[in-house]
Amino acid sequence: MKAASMNVHPSLAIGQPIEKLDAISPATAPDVMVRFEGIAKTYPAYRGKPGVHALQNIDFAIPRGSITGVIGRSGAGKSSLVRLINGLERPTTGRVVVDGRDISALSGRELRLAQRSIGMIFQHFNLLSSRTAAANIALPLEIAGWAKADIRARVAELLTLVGIADKHDRYPSELSGGQKQRVGIARALATRPSVLLSDEATSALDPQTTRAILDLLANINRELGVTIVLITHEMSVVRQLAKDVVVLDAGHVVESGHVADIFTHPKHPITQSFLAEAIGDSLPVSLASRIVSVPLAGGQAVIRVQVRGAGAGDTLVARLARELGLDVSLLSARIDEIGGQHVGSLTLGIPLGTSGGEDATTRTLAWLSQYQFPAERLGYVA
Amino acid sequence: MSPELINLIVQATGESLYMVGLAALIGTAFGLPLGVFLATSRKGELFAAPVVNRVLGIVVNATRSTPFIILVVAIIPFTRLVAGTSIGSTAAIVPLTIASAPFIARLVEAAIREVDGGLIETASSFGASPMQIVLKVLIPEALPGLLLALTLAVVSLLGYSAMVGAVGGGGLGDLGIRYGYQRFMPEMMLAVVVVLIALVQLVQSAGDYLARRVNRRLRHR
Repeated sequence: MKAASMNVHPSLAIGQPIEKLDAISPATAPDVMVRFEGIAKTYPAYRGKPGVHALQNIDFAIPRGSITGVIGRSGAGKSSLVRLINGLERPTTGRVVVDGRDISALSGRELRLAQRSIGMIFQHFNLLSSRTAAANIALPLEIAGWAKADIRARVAELLTLVGIADKHDRYPSELSGGQKQRVGIARALATRPSVLLSDEATSALDPQTTRAILDLLANINRELGVTIVLITHEMSVVRQLAKDVVVLDAGHVVESGHVADIFTHPKHPITQSFLAEAIGDSLPVSLASRIVSVPLAGGQAVIRVQVRGAGAGDTLVARLARELGLDVSLLSARIDEIGGQHVGSLTLGIPLGTSGGEDATTRTLAWLSQYQFPAERLGYVA
Repeated sequence: MSPELINLIVQATGESLYMVGLAALIGTAFGLPLGVFLATSRKGELFAAPVVNRVLGIVVNATRSTPFIILVVAIIPFTRLVAGTSIGSTAAIVPLTIASAPFIARLVEAAIREVDGGLIETASSFGASPMQIVLKVLIPEALPGLLLALTLAVVSLLGYSAMVGAVGGGGLGDLGIRYGYQRFMPEMMLAVVVVLIALVQLVQSAGDYLARRVNRRLRHR
């Protein structure tokens, strides 16, 4: 997909980073925080291992102030992609423009200065075991050469921001996973970055803690205006937090855009499989085992209806039953909300005639097609 | 045991501590940076210099595989150049240092390599220079291992110091050989061994204690 298809939404650009370090280059659109231009990343062959094309033809933009999810299976190139943003890796071809600066062209001291405006959090937190929570948060400030008193004040502020002011003097070994990630987030925000990169930051956490950390990130995005780039293999993370999503497969961007658009109308098989995981696409075993391929007299036809869009499925069964005068039974249903849109499927049982006639089924399919609900007949049950 | 003999033991203990202490200090001064460099200079690492890394590795191995007693006599001209003399405790510090520095370097290298590579990446991600990464991340995180390495080096040096009698270095080992063995005084031999065992115990316990104190990884669980 081309960069142009990923719409920038000015509504999300509210709350410009309150405490930004660097001026934006006037040459770039002020509403774009990160832009990948013709990126390819190839790891050369090494010690008998063949070379790897980790990323190819990457062209897209991340809007300023947005929360963008980069989702893909392991090995899809997510880690390489996110590491191009803060200069931990360099593209083989192309350039990465962050906040108006071509980060891929910087090196040495210039790169290190630029890196201070890009924070990063990690799956395994990567805290120094030899430092307390406060001292871990202080580390990037020490590296940036802040005065001691300023560091102390900033660290206290950050500990409060991430909700662990009482853990000031605790060592990482005394903290829970969620608390460690809060320290990681505070540390990443210490130098007041304009971008926060999250490398599978919740993958090592339990579901409740994951939710709390994602809420914290949403708050940070809202209150500080920090652009957040999340890489994850978990659909639930994208669904809860991201407004935009980039689907990565085998080093290529296969789909990108608003979360609601992409996941209500997934085109690529990978996107569809992520969606299926999120909403549970399979039928209950007890139902699936009863489905046969020939109509049975007095039985039901099994029809699955895909539901996509705001409030789409709400009244479907009731309307279908009323308008066609059928005793529709609901065999299985799963509806979820992604980016404010309903996404899911309903599995309906439509009565067959006493001799197994499919008149009602045909009318149902026609009705569904008229209202543009994708539907398929899975078979029949007694 | 006569007061004279006890006096000899006290004096020899002092010589041993003097030689081992200074050699450990100077050996660390060279071995620590060397070890950090060895641990961070392979391809793709912080101070990537693969060729220098290999050459230094070979030099370190060569020094470590030379038997200490041969090293002592082989470098006599160098010892004279550095210490002004080739005999006595002070002169003995030269070969002891040369033997301990590569040993310490290898131990330091191992301790530094134990530090999670993710921490280097993390520090890089917020713009730390390679030197800052060494001073603020690698050394503090490796500190428990480094203290244990240093302890091991001191204990080994105590063993090495027994051989510097060959160049008039004195010390406990020399006393044991000259009085205990050559003058047939088994009680002297025994006394020397007991003092050495006590010293090693002391050094090891102190090292263990310090390493445990600075280890924040396991202390609170």
